[in-house]
Amino acid sequence: MGEPIIQIHDLTKTFGSGEGAVTALEHIDLSVERGETFGIIGLSGAGKSTLVRCINLLERPTDGSVIVDGSDMTALTEKELRTARRSIGMIFQGFNLLMQRTALDNVCFPLELEGTPKKEAREKALKLLGTVGLADRAGAYPAQLSGGQKQRVAIARALSTDPKVLLCDEATSALDPTTTLSILELLKRLNAELGVTVVVITHEMKVVERICNRVAIIADSHIVESGPVGEVFCHPRTAAAKQLISPRSGPRAEFGGKERIYRITFDGTTSDRPVVADMVLACGEPVNIWFADTKDIDGKAYGHMLVQLPNDPISAGRMLGYLDEHHISYEEANDR
Amino acid sequence: MNAPLFSAQILGQLFGAEGLLATLYMTLVSTLIAYVIGLPLGLLLVVTNADGIRPAHTFNSILGGIINIFRSVPFLIMVVVLVPVTRFLAGRIIGPTAMIVSLVVASAPYIARMVESSAKEVDRGVIEASLSMGASPWQVVFKVIVPEAVPSLITGATIVTTTILSYSAMAGILGAGGLGAIAINYGYYRGRRDIMWFALILTILVVQLIQELGNVLARRTDRRIR
Repeated sequence: MGEPIIQIHDLTKTFGSGEGAVTALEHIDLSVERGETFGIIGLSGAGKSTLVRCINLLERPTDGSVIVDGSDMTALTEKELRTARRSIGMIFQGFNLLMQRTALDNVCFPLELEGTPKKEAREKALKLLGTVGLADRAGAYPAQLSGGQKQRVAIARALSTDPKVLLCDEATSALDPTTTLSILELLKRLNAELGVTVVVITHEMKVVERICNRVAIIADSHIVESGPVGEVFCHPRTAAAKQLISPRSGPRAEFGGKERIYRITFDGTTSDRPVVADMVLACGEPVNIWFADTKDIDGKAYGHMLVQLPNDPISAGRMLGYLDEHHISYEEANDR
Repeated sequence: MNAPLFSAQILGQLFGAEGLLATLYMTLVSTLIAYVIGLPLGLLLVVTNADGIRPAHTFNSILGGIINIFRSVPFLIMVVVLVPVTRFLAGRIIGPTAMIVSLVVASAPYIARMVESSAKEVDRGVIEASLSMGASPWQVVFKVIVPEAVPSLITGATIVTTTILSYSAMAGILGAGGLGAIAINYGYYRGRRDIMWFALILTILVVQLIQELGNVLARRTDRRIR
């Protein structure tokens, strides 16, 4: 650690020209160290996808320099750039697999571009599919795979040319929470086992928390804060960082009058679960607790609780649905 | 001349070198040659498009303009306009071989547009991914765009082939030969409606066959479903 593999200096990217010009990135300075997992987090539209595309020059920076593994990407000829790109793997939110090729042939694809002999390419691809846990799906077409499996194929494909850097552009944003975790674990493992430097672009805190060593926060085309994940997340200095880290800025649920009050009854069967807290987490909206009286009898919870649900009928309906689904009895108690 | 429909003479004309065979010959050879010209043109349109892998605005506009001009000329007028070219290339201006010249010139620009639309369906993200792996523009076209667009290209080719077939029938009025010529010569000029209907039904059957073949091929090559 300590030696930088990616160095971005004073990078600016402007789309269009004249009055219609849009500045996507301005005066970006960034350094990623060899072997680390680096997170770039920002809200959508902040410019983070453009930034990651500037690293392998899928977008050419308007100004500034991008140095990857010692070579200045902006100064390379087209042919040199193509060679340089082979040492930078990339995975995407939409997986971007070739739909007319099997999983195995997708992984072979970058090797085929290089002119690797077919037999050698297949052997390597099979091994990589094994590494990502998909050895048994080698002959499947992408349409026959789940989202998580497709991303695993994409990861194997990105690794087939033994890249030094793996760029992940919102790689888990299209996946459900469980699959997201398994993909993040895989990235973590590949980082540790292969020593590949991982750059993760995301809008999700949990992704950065889970796998990154260091993080940069990008907002309004600028990097507003960067440093070790623990430091940045525990002591955010800027408003943009605070907003990302404690996303309390969304519209708060409103409660009014004495409407939508429900009595939830605990009959001892749910004592091992934090029912109300689970419901709040699952529905993403708070409840207003008016009154609670529960007793612990022989390790089981008995009693009742009066909660007021948010004014928004959709949120309230979702909460009642949650209670129904988990067989928790409740009744309306608006007369209280 | 006054032979019944189901006589060796008439059936021989309908199915033989003057009828069905001429139609198939004109249609298939024209389609093949027209694709040799139209396929690269269509791919060039996509590659040089503003959001293509090698944007070239002026070239794209000029090529697009020329294609539009050719597509604006009604087919029968195209045949007349091309008479000197046809005479030069085929040595004569009537008969199936001569008509192939006009069919190719009329359908190649149409094919270019069909190919362009199929190639544009290929997911931009897949092209971006292959560029990120270091693919050259040539590799993007022939290892990504064309293979990914195969089912759509086949569907397009089916439409093109049936269109060329109907053009070739239309060309019957200008001495192309084939089923169209038989239908016009017997049905319109000699009042033999029975022969006209038979030629028409044969044409319909050929179209159905091509369409069904195209559907099956497109389905078989499409790995996105199932």
